[in-house]
Amino acid sequence: MLDLRYFAWLRERLGTGHETVETGAETVADLVEELKARGGAYAFVFDDLSGIRAAVDQDVVPFEAAISGAREVAFFPPMTGG
Amino acid sequence: MIPVRVQEAPFAMGAELDAFAAEAGGAGAVVSFSGLVRDIASGDLEAMEIEHYPGMTEKALTAIRDEAMARFSLTAAMILHRHGRMAPGEPIMMVATAAPHRADAFAAAEFLMDYLKSRAPFWKKEIAASGTGWVAAKDEDEAALDRW
Repeated sequence: MLDLRYFAWLRERLGTGHETVETGAETVADLVEELKARGGAYAFVFDDLSGIRAAVDQDVVPFEAAISGAREVAFFPPMTGG
Repeated sequence: MIPVRVQEAPFAMGAELDAFAAEAGGAGAVVSFSGLVRDIASGDLEAMEIEHYPGMTEKALTAIRDEAMARFSLTAAMILHRHGRMAPGEPIMMVATAAPHRADAFAAAEFLMDYLKSRAPFWKKEIAASGTGWVAAKDEDEAALDRW
C-alpha cells in the first residue's frame, strides 16, 4: 500500500489531498501513467509534468526515481515559500 | 531557542529577534529578514493562505538551516515560517543568522531565503475580491540557487 498526497492546485482539482493505492509501479513515472489512465481530473492534472514536482518519502525526486519500498509519494506544483 | 519552527499563529518579529540574539553565542553580528503579506496589483488582497506539507516542511527547513550552519561561519541560525490564513501586512516568515562578523551573517541570511523560496514545501494562495489564485513560482527564484 502506498500513500499518495496532493497539494495546492493539484489537491483542489483532484478533490482530495490523500489516498491510498495498491500499485505495481516501479518508478514515479510509472505511477503517473497509472493515475493518468483513470482519466478525468487525473488525466488533466498529470497531462503536463513540467509544472509538477514529485517527492518520495518527503524528498523531491525526478520522475524516473524508483518507488519500490516507498511509503509515501507526493505531487505538487513548484514551491513558493519565503 | 528552537532553530526551525512551523506554526499557524502570528509572531512578533521584535520579540523573536531579541530572543534569538540573546542566545546567539557571542556573535558580533545578527542579521534578520522577514517576509510580509504584500498587497497585489489590484490593491484588494483580502488574505493569503499558505498550504504546506507537514513532515516534509520540517525536514526541508532543518536541512536548509543545517546547510547554512555548515557553509558559513555562524554561531546560530533560525527559520520561522507560518502556514494557514493571514492578512495583508502580517509577517509570513523570518530568518535570522548570527556570526562573529557581518559578512557571514548577511550571506547566510540570503542563502536561507534563496533556498526557502523554492526548496521548502509551501504554496501561497492569494484571496481577493478581484480573484483568487495560487502564486506561481518564479524562474528567477530557481535561478537564484545557482550562485550558491
